[in-house]
Amino acid sequence: MSKITPEIVAEHGLSKEEYQLVLQIMGREPNITELGIFSVMWSEHCSYKSSKKWLKTLPTEAPWVICGPGENAGIIDIGDGDAAIFKMESHNHPSYIEPYQGAATGVGGIMRDVFTMGARPIANLNALRFGRPEHPKTRHLVHGVVEGIGGYGNCMGVPTVGGECEFNKSYDGNILVNAMTVGLAKANNIFYCAAAGIGNPVVYVGSKTGRDGIHGATMASTEFTEDSEEKRPTVQVGDPFTEKLLLEACLELMQTDAIVAIQDMGAAGLTSSSFEMASSGGVGIDMNLDNVPQREQNMTAYEMMLSESQERMLMVLKPGKEDMARAIFEKWELDFAVIGTLTEPDADGNGHMVLYHKGEKVADLPINPLAHASPEYDRPWVPTPKRETLSPESVAAPTSIMGALKTMCGGANGSSRRWIWEQYDHMVMGDTVQRPGGDAAVVRVHGTQKALAMTSDVTPRYVFADPVMGGRQAVAETWRNLTATGARPLAITDNMNFGNPQRPEIMGQFVGAVEGIADACRALDYPVVSGNVSLYNETNGTGILPTPTIGGVGLIDDVSKTVGIGFGGVGQAIIIIGETHGHLGQSQYLMEIIGRDGLAMEDGAPPPVDLALERKNGDFVRGEIISGTISACHDVSDGGILVALAEMAMTANIGAKIEDVSGQLPLHAWGFGEDQARYIITTSNPEDVLERAEKSGVWATLVGTTGSGELTIGDEHSISVAELKNAHESWMPDFMSHPEAH
Amino acid sequence: MKATVHVTLKNGVLDPQGKAIEHTLSGLGFKGIGDVRQGKFIELDIAEKDKTKAREQVDAMCRQLLANTVIENYTIEIIE
Repeated sequence: MSKITPEIVAEHGLSKEEYQLVLQIMGREPNITELGIFSVMWSEHCSYKSSKKWLKTLPTEAPWVICGPGENAGIIDIGDGDAAIFKMESHNHPSYIEPYQGAATGVGGIMRDVFTMGARPIANLNALRFGRPEHPKTRHLVHGVVEGIGGYGNCMGVPTVGGECEFNKSYDGNILVNAMTVGLAKANNIFYCAAAGIGNPVVYVGSKTGRDGIHGATMASTEFTEDSEEKRPTVQVGDPFTEKLLLEACLELMQTDAIVAIQDMGAAGLTSSSFEMASSGGVGIDMNLDNVPQREQNMTAYEMMLSESQERMLMVLKPGKEDMARAIFEKWELDFAVIGTLTEPDADGNGHMVLYHKGEKVADLPINPLAHASPEYDRPWVPTPKRETLSPESVAAPTSIMGALKTMCGGANGSSRRWIWEQYDHMVMGDTVQRPGGDAAVVRVHGTQKALAMTSDVTPRYVFADPVMGGRQAVAETWRNLTATGARPLAITDNMNFGNPQRPEIMGQFVGAVEGIADACRALDYPVVSGNVSLYNETNGTGILPTPTIGGVGLIDDVSKTVGIGFGGVGQAIIIIGETHGHLGQSQYLMEIIGRDGLAMEDGAPPPVDLALERKNGDFVRGEIISGTISACHDVSDGGILVALAEMAMTANIGAKIEDVSGQLPLHAWGFGEDQARYIITTSNPEDVLERAEKSGVWATLVGTTGSGELTIGDEHSISVAELKNAHESWMPDFMSHPEAH
Repeated sequence: MKATVHVTLKNGVLDPQGKAIEHTLSGLGFKGIGDVRQGKFIELDIAEKDKTKAREQVDAMCRQLLANTVIENYTIEIIE
């Protein structure tokens, strides 16, 4: 057994202090397999060592929450014995290295997280962030990522119904691929990861283990492989058809009473799954690695424990159920192997992970110290400096209001994402009620009148300028998007993408964003039930814009009541809910028309988020949708009122005549300002809606009527909906049809 | 001049297509089949007369388009 040198320790990403802790826990020098296990268990990804302290402050409870963070995914009660299980997870780095496989395995991984708990996945969403369109790698990355997402999701037969796609130079060298899956289960048939029952068999199912994605990569490959000239690929390749079999086999076995605990093998594969199961259950595991199904010859214990081969699961079964379970997995043509048994904890109550390989004991690790005593850092942080609010008058007017609107609707970040979502099968399973392109996707709970609404949102430039406000805004925007379909928002998953936490200003962004998210969750009764943290998103010392992507899920009791964003017909009254102050700081107008990047202090503060107002306005709008008085609803976000109106018009192919109600505000500040807590609705009964709004203390303004093929404001400003739509629909296909640049 | 290129997955990279071939072969009754790995074969004509330069050209093609060097290896043969 090779000696552990300081270089080997460093290559495993452990600091000197962490290694001292390893020695203390072990009471001896670890061998290379044990060191590898420590390294992955204590990695940022598995241990949340920089973020844990702050994540604990997030609200995670509500009467409808069945299971909050800590398991594979979060679970909420959606009535009638049904539960929705969902989570969002990043696959940023792999997708930058190999966009197709990186994105595909990201989708595969998040679906496994959801079906591990007993749910059938019913929808996928993806929040994507790429570098500048003109960056030489961007087009290639967009192609690969979108194809990879579609490839995996389409093969699995799960619709991809929504998400986001944004371009910004801060992601030039570090794209973000955040994948979310929503699944449905019966509330009385949910599966958790806590192992129990001394002597119960530990079973491996799914694909065989190969040398995929083994980290600590350089050292491991020179140390362990014969063909040293070829570096081991650290990219995993996914096989969606195998995952489909694994899904069906797991769900079939879950109909019996055979499973005690189940955990998918995601990051750090066999190591993290076995440790999580044992530590949650307070037991030990004896594992014989000879029994692990292997794809390649001569795999070492180190390689098997660290492999990230896809489409694998670890389960603890009740005794005597092995043959029945084996028959199910063999029927689905999957590997099935009993690789271990649960063991008693020692006298101190510590379970041990004891690994055998080729007749030798190759590792003996105490589970709790490793899983629970992982380092937790209170990293130094500095609050982000506050910015001044820009006055509406201080931002220059465009040469033409409608010209500016067309530029924004047809720009990289304002244009239609049809090119992306048309590559995804968004209708498969037959329950997609609202397709991509609206505020939130709506997917029916099969065979019922209920539906789930789901969305993902964040405005990274807001978070950069004011992390607390940006964190609030991200949560509030998902809440609004769900509300705009008529759904009652229930819970969120958060995917925290940040730069290097060892830099105090980055850690300050993280701390601020968590505070903002927590504020909004509390005020909106909208807890966090699952999440994922991705740190060190940097290239050459420049971090990405802080991007806490929020995935929200809401419930619609009667799917026939849901409304979309397209104008609900001709001759309808258009009402704006919520007050307009003309907030242009950090606005899309400031970026796209004035040409700022939002980084400088003089680009101003993001719009303030008044959570009580959000709630009041949102509750009013939802009530109107449910009572059937309004025919369309769209939340006002990026680009303000005019972009929202244009989107409603383009979706319906119907124009509108809008009064100039800007009053004291410059028209461009009224039209493009991004004040929060606003919606635009259409109705055939404006008097009643306005009266009820007044009674509820909700600001509502009648601004115009739908009709004709033009979008007109006042007497002077007009553009045809067809012209807007042409600009809106053509940017993305035009951009992508350029020959591949390298 | 003619060039041929073989593109294969690197060792250790999962080959779902190879797995499907293996599975189908055994379904057809072929016994004792194992470790099927598949790849692609590309043949092309090049105007370049110099063998070394031709190889350089094809090598650039492989790196930019014909192979995904993150997960694939390639071998080039130049035939006069």
